[in-house]
Amino acid sequence: MTSTSKTTPVLRAKSRPADRIFSGSTLAAGVLILTALAAVAVFLIAQSIPALVANPEELPTSPSSFWEYVAPLAFGTVWAAALALLMALPVSLGIALFISHYAPRRIAQVLGYIVDLLAAVPSVVFGLWGIKVLAPFVQPFYAWLVDNFGWIPLFTPPVSGTGRTILTVAIVLAVMVLPIITAVCREVFLQTPRLHEEAALALGATRWEMIHTAVLPFGMPGIISAAMLGLGRALGETMVVAMVLSPAMVIHFVLTGSANPPTIAGNIALNFPEAHGVGVNALIATGLILFIITLIVNSAARVVINRRKAFSGANG
Amino acid sequence: MTPFRPVLFAAIAATGALLLSSCATNEISQPGDSSQELSGELNGSGATSQASASDAWIAAFQLANKSVTINYSPEGSGAGRKAFMSGGVSYAGSDSALSDEELAGEFAACVPGTKAIDLPVYISPIALIFNIDGVSKLNLDAATIAKIFKGEITTWDDPAIVALNPGTELPSATITAVHRSDDSGTTKNFADYLNKVAPEVWTAKPADAFPYTGGEAAQGTTGVIDAVTSGKNTIGYADASKAGSLSTAAVKVGDKFVEYSAAAAAAVVEGSPLVQGREASDIAIALDRNTTDPAHYPLVLVSYLIVCQEYADPAAGALVKAYAGYVASPAGQIEAAKSAGAAPLSAELSARVAAAIATIK
Repeated sequence: MTSTSKTTPVLRAKSRPADRIFSGSTLAAGVLILTALAAVAVFLIAQSIPALVANPEELPTSPSSFWEYVAPLAFGTVWAAALALLMALPVSLGIALFISHYAPRRIAQVLGYIVDLLAAVPSVVFGLWGIKVLAPFVQPFYAWLVDNFGWIPLFTPPVSGTGRTILTVAIVLAVMVLPIITAVCREVFLQTPRLHEEAALALGATRWEMIHTAVLPFGMPGIISAAMLGLGRALGETMVVAMVLSPAMVIHFVLTGSANPPTIAGNIALNFPEAHGVGVNALIATGLILFIITLIVNSAARVVINRRKAFSGANG
Repeated sequence: MTPFRPVLFAAIAATGALLLSSCATNEISQPGDSSQELSGELNGSGATSQASASDAWIAAFQLANKSVTINYSPEGSGAGRKAFMSGGVSYAGSDSALSDEELAGEFAACVPGTKAIDLPVYISPIALIFNIDGVSKLNLDAATIAKIFKGEITTWDDPAIVALNPGTELPSATITAVHRSDDSGTTKNFADYLNKVAPEVWTAKPADAFPYTGGEAAQGTTGVIDAVTSGKNTIGYADASKAGSLSTAAVKVGDKFVEYSAAAAAAVVEGSPLVQGREASDIAIALDRNTTDPAHYPLVLVSYLIVCQEYADPAAGALVKAYAGYVASPAGQIEAAKSAGAAPLSAELSARVAAAIATIK
């Protein structure tokens, strides 16, 4: 037997042109995305260097160093995205669980379509909605919060007169990332092994306990991935922030004031049209920082997901 | 075939858009001098403030001179001046005249040794717009405006404001002062006015970016107007042409309070002295922000065309001369007023600019 297996050539499917074209095009697609990423990284680094080595006096707002210029921007970016995720994640989980485990089939389908539809709305429309509808609507609530809870550092007076604060931006961003997180979570929850669920129910678990013990642990890596996808969108969102936020170069946690930390993407959109000289490089350098922040966030998520996989029961 | 349908669809949509946009033309009067046949291409770059006026000028000029193509890219005043100095474009649009340092340098598009000149062609009054319940008239002086935008005066019934507005019932509400969140020549001119008239309050050097962290910020002229309109007890500054139905504050000039008007804005530009030590054809205006003549409205933005006195390329010189001549002419100024809400140059200044343009070679 062993001798025959040695002499017989390895069985290989006959390579047809269609196969070669297909495998070649998938390879090309894979290489293309890496090349694009590398090209972006090289562009960002090359264009950033003049700003990093320039005399800080020449940078916009003449800070004492480049890092002083970028610090409020980086802070605002992370702060706004984190707030958005904080609001969007629980709601998304609720919607996804409702669709996958609670709603009757037909309602679930309709609801799924509607949530997906939300993802198709252009961000400039969300921006207009934020300025014209949401900001004036929430302003009285902000005024009430500041009047009654002004002692909490989050609501330090004075209140913004127009409601165009970082909290408003975060609410709009939350609505925008909702569909992505919901769609991914829904798919993951539907993948929960039927056996796990039935076993939990057979042991006398209520529906909530079944979700708690079987669905959520199984879906945890998926939930984290979904959250990271949403966070990625929130970190890079430009139009909404540029339109809605009332920025100032500050670092603080106040949610309801007029002076809000700006975000990197929003700041680039606002100041690129009039930027010249080293100012352009400074803006691109902030873009590099955003690139790095996104990389760090995504890698961290990867690490968490890989660690969770081991004991989530998903592999069982 | 189904998966490719969106692509096909997009292609059809794109073709349609191209066809439609290429059909759009403007009906315009007969600018320029049609006696001599002009042709060629002219590139300019610079201030965004005069961009919409520039579009109208170019459309009108090209309609009268069919074989001329003019491109103006609104990349900002600084970028425009830089591109002009390095020879990348034949003229620049700029919200500030060339500085002495810039004039000391070389201009690549000009005959070596000759200088560039500034031609004021676009005057835009900046209005102080406000939205206060029950208040339709408001008088302010520079020091008070500066304190409001710096955040030192925080309520509308502050004694400083009440003293300027006897007989007006002002609410005790908090002031929301709205400024531009993007870099803008409007901010620079607004800051320049405050810095000149109330230097002890507005200590920051005028720049395109708003210098203080107080107050509310909004994107672009429309953003500011939107924030002022939809907010309560708000005040902001914006191109007067875009103020719409919002109330505008009168600014203290001498002992009187002056509402903005196109005539008053043109008057202050005409009444201001020229920057000293320039060529005779260089009309760089040292805006008299401290004017005390109540016929003047000192809160204005002046935007220039920056061109060579003598072009290395005579063809470019002829084109610039004809184009600038149209822009500064009464017809061009009316076009800018119509399309961008600019204040037309006064007849005297228009004549002075025309004389300067006549010397371009």
